[in-house]
Amino acid sequence: MAILETRALNKWFGGLHVTGGVDFALQRGEIHCLIGPNGAGKSTLFRLILGEHLPTSGQILYEGNDITKAKSFERIRRGISVKFQVPGIFKALSVRQNLQIALQHHCPPAELDGEIDRLLEFLKLTEARHQLAGNLSHGQKQWLEIGMAVGLKPRLLLLDEPTAGMTPDETAATGEMVQALNRDGVTVLAVEHDMAFVRQIAHKVTVLHFGKIFAQGTINEIVADERVAAIYLGDATHA
Amino acid sequence: MQGTNSLMKTLGLLQGPQTLGKGKPFWSAFTLVVALACAYPLFADGYDVGNNVYFFNWAFMALGLSLIWGYGGTLSFGQTAFFGVAGYTYGVISINFGDAYGLTIFALVASVAAAALLAAALGYFLFFGRISGVFLGIVTLSVTLVLERFMAQTAGPEWRVGAARLNGYNGMGGMPSLTIPWFGSDIVLFPDVQLYYFTLALLIACYLGLRILVNSRFGNVLVAIRENPQRAEMLGYDIRVYQLVTFIIGSALAGLSGVLYTSWGNYITPASMGMTAAALPIVWVAVGGRSDLTTTLIGAMLVLAGFQALTIHGSQYALVVMGALLVLTVLIAPRGLVFGLGTLVAGLVNRKPKRQGE
Repeated sequence: MAILETRALNKWFGGLHVTGGVDFALQRGEIHCLIGPNGAGKSTLFRLILGEHLPTSGQILYEGNDITKAKSFERIRRGISVKFQVPGIFKALSVRQNLQIALQHHCPPAELDGEIDRLLEFLKLTEARHQLAGNLSHGQKQWLEIGMAVGLKPRLLLLDEPTAGMTPDETAATGEMVQALNRDGVTVLAVEHDMAFVRQIAHKVTVLHFGKIFAQGTINEIVADERVAAIYLGDATHA
Repeated sequence: MQGTNSLMKTLGLLQGPQTLGKGKPFWSAFTLVVALACAYPLFADGYDVGNNVYFFNWAFMALGLSLIWGYGGTLSFGQTAFFGVAGYTYGVISINFGDAYGLTIFALVASVAAAALLAAALGYFLFFGRISGVFLGIVTLSVTLVLERFMAQTAGPEWRVGAARLNGYNGMGGMPSLTIPWFGSDIVLFPDVQLYYFTLALLIACYLGLRILVNSRFGNVLVAIRENPQRAEMLGYDIRVYQLVTFIIGSALAGLSGVLYTSWGNYITPASMGMTAAALPIVWVAVGGRSDLTTTLIGAMLVLAGFQALTIHGSQYALVVMGALLVLTVLIAPRGLVFGLGTLVAGLVNRKPKRQGE
């Protein structure tokens, strides 16, 4: 059953057709990666799902309900959560406070402290809990951001380039983290450039090109698809 | 039991991550300052006591702006609109109904409510219309300037509400002072010892109440919105509601300033909503350190006293000095002079024991 579905989703920015009639279905329980050359419309699709942009036409369904016009915070409250590409942490607040703000929304006050401690341990940030979030290393910031997204106990987790700027070790650890969450029942949709990471985690891959779905399949099917290789090479020669 | 527990928890929020000052040293200093403030009328003359009340009057507006701007990250340039609306409302109600039976206290509450109501209406359009940054400053400034212009043209006798003449640029006068009903005879709060203690008590209550507010869950979210509104929204918070509630509370405090000022001088004029009046609170709050209630309060008192001294001693340049002070603050200590000094002292105090240990 699809947890998230878009139907004939279109987005125009002036004369630019950035999302071109996308019919996309994300099955409950899968880890699904969105890839595509720069400008393929991955980020726009993300923003449409999050409600940061409203589509020009089309529909977005989440767990069978129409959320096309819902406000961002309403979508989050329904069980969607996001980790941004640039860590959107609260730099002037401590690591613990960052997590508290993410958790206090749904967590009963009596369980809040214990829940934060558990999450700190999961993120390997227990030692750094009193540090200002702005002083963390880049990888730690990414994890904290993941922790905030996870702290909402989402049923659908959106990850926008979760491993950007990470070392190979950090990338691998992030992959394990994502897989652990998935085992606990979280559906994951990730925009990612790092093909090694995609190979590590993805059950299914969708390739976007010029705002349309270009190809869909397992990572092996996508890698074997010559047309996909061609658009990436085409992109590389233009760059 | 549960009641005591929740009370203790609430009191625990008096100190926390969102406020400078904690532990014994801070609260000892706080108690000392309050004790000195309480003792002050014993050795000062009536004029100075009254003059201090004048400073206290403005502190509420400064604290409100600290909440809206320093904690919430929204620069409102027009807090004087709420000051003026509450001041005039107090005038109209108290002139019409008099000061018997505690009616001036009713006028105080109603006037602050009027300011809050205006803030709710204006804030609704601002925040739910997603207006932020410099545009919010422009709109709020425009509102206060429009109100000033409007009140300035109410000189004619047709501009009256019941017995209360609005009086245009000459300002509205003759409203009774705040009066507390008491057995036997009412206590009239003239700008003397009684009003001093009344305003001081209100100020301490507001200061402590705001400390609890900013260290609460609400305050945490408010600061998160200041730091990164998009992230806060993507954690499921309706940031518009938080910003609106903050704006209403801060503006109600500006309204409280307006009522206290009007009652203190039995007078309110359109100039209290003009350009100069609107700019000054920004200076008080920025110079002290807007992101902390204590530094805001200290900064506002120092700047107010300095400004008054400059004005009294004949300097025509008091306003220029204020402008220069603001520019200096922005250049040297963007988070505020008092705030910078406070952090420096805290850093030195914390470093000392380490050195001894080495």
